[in-house]
Amino acid sequence: MPRKTTLLSQKLRIAALFISVFALSVFNTFAYEPIEDTTRMDTLAHISAAEHVVKKGFDAGTLITEHISDSHEWHLWGEGENALSIPLPIILYSTTKGLDIFLSSKFHHGHQTYHGYKLAENKIVPENEIGAGEENEVENTSDSSTDGILDFSITKNVMTLMVSAIIMLWMFISVANTYHKRRGQTTKGLQSFIEPLIMFVRDDVAKNSIGEKKYAKFMPYLLTVFFFIFLNNLMGLIPIFPGGANLTGNIAICAVLALFTLVIVLFSGNGHYWRHIFAMPGVPIPVLIILTPIEIIGLVLRPFVLMIRLFANITAGHIIALAFFSLIFIFGEMSSGAGLGVAVVSVLFTVFMGFLELLVAFLQAYVFTLLSAIYIGAAVEEGHAHDEHHVHDKAQPASQIDVI
Amino acid sequence: MMSTVLLEAVNAHGIAAVGAGVAALAAGLGIGKIGGSALEAIARQPEAVNDIRGNMILAAALVEGAAFFAMVVALLVVFK
Repeated sequence: MPRKTTLLSQKLRIAALFISVFALSVFNTFAYEPIEDTTRMDTLAHISAAEHVVKKGFDAGTLITEHISDSHEWHLWGEGENALSIPLPIILYSTTKGLDIFLSSKFHHGHQTYHGYKLAENKIVPENEIGAGEENEVENTSDSSTDGILDFSITKNVMTLMVSAIIMLWMFISVANTYHKRRGQTTKGLQSFIEPLIMFVRDDVAKNSIGEKKYAKFMPYLLTVFFFIFLNNLMGLIPIFPGGANLTGNIAICAVLALFTLVIVLFSGNGHYWRHIFAMPGVPIPVLIILTPIEIIGLVLRPFVLMIRLFANITAGHIIALAFFSLIFIFGEMSSGAGLGVAVVSVLFTVFMGFLELLVAFLQAYVFTLLSAIYIGAAVEEGHAHDEHHVHDKAQPASQIDVI
Repeated sequence: MMSTVLLEAVNAHGIAAVGAGVAALAAGLGIGKIGGSALEAIARQPEAVNDIRGNMILAAALVEGAAFFAMVVALLVVFK
């Protein structure tokens, strides 16, 4: 595929990139504005009353956990009674009451019960057990009350997952069609944006880490995981409707992605790879007794760190933006002057962090794909004794990973 | 005023904050060393800039992973 781009179109593309970067960071600053509403305190007091702990004033911890966690409705703007949010379907299966499907708007933001269910702290619990739980400790209620209820609801994160799946399908099907139609011609439109990224994953990630011979088999997985993480990281940065969910900052999503890598490594590992795990050649048996358990732990630890890295990076990004905004209200409670002064600094820092998060969004997608490719590369690597240079080259990234 | 805010924070989740601080310190040292060495290497061999950048990002990501372990533990302490 020849890539001939004129200087003008290249300039246009760079300009478009900068405009979109700027637009994203501006949106990011507006995202958290609704919290300025004075009813904020009432809402917090309401929530606190529900958990029998009366808190006074602004509680940054609650605000931040609310924003980074999953929810049963898609909050748009406003607070408390005036809040506008998109209701999402709730699908429940109870061992006593059977299947129940309804919209989350029936709960009226947790103020009403429906079909004997109640929304408490983003968790659906049976109505009667809340009364029973009052005498018990708070910890006990959360454990026992969800017994017998299976929650298959389309939550905010599930909805985002579906939206991003549709975006990715549209993106790649249209690009694939363009390749069919314009065979042998220059790239056009979305194709020009996607092609460098695909080439980047193929040449810099897959070919380098897995090797020329075997990389093709793993390209679909690596490309999917790269674009999925990249798209969802960016969607997490968009505060308005189709974005705003913390999908790649959800540990379950990260765990599933890391599990895919583990399964691929386990099933594509060749004899050479397993021999190096269970009985490292040329190592005396007393040392093997120590080394083999370490290697086996390492096999599981690598995907585990992969999961933690993505989860913590993206969640930390969301927390930082929210923490800067929380600072305004913490200082605003002391005096309005201090709040105003801190507001200027906070907004500037959030814009700066927004730019940094754009870099992180790409970097985390890249690092996840790269490390997956390196782990897969180690699993499919052929141990040719005669090809000294090749073996030495491949061994280097593997030894780096063993260090962690 | 500032000190009361800080004192409240320390009273509530002191150990978690100290833990996160130590992790950030260590990760900062680690990533700083990686960045410094990469810059030295690029200055010595400007033509190898692409290889060095790739390895630098990889090593920084690995250091970060260790720091994030500490951060997640600290967050778990704070949010329970």
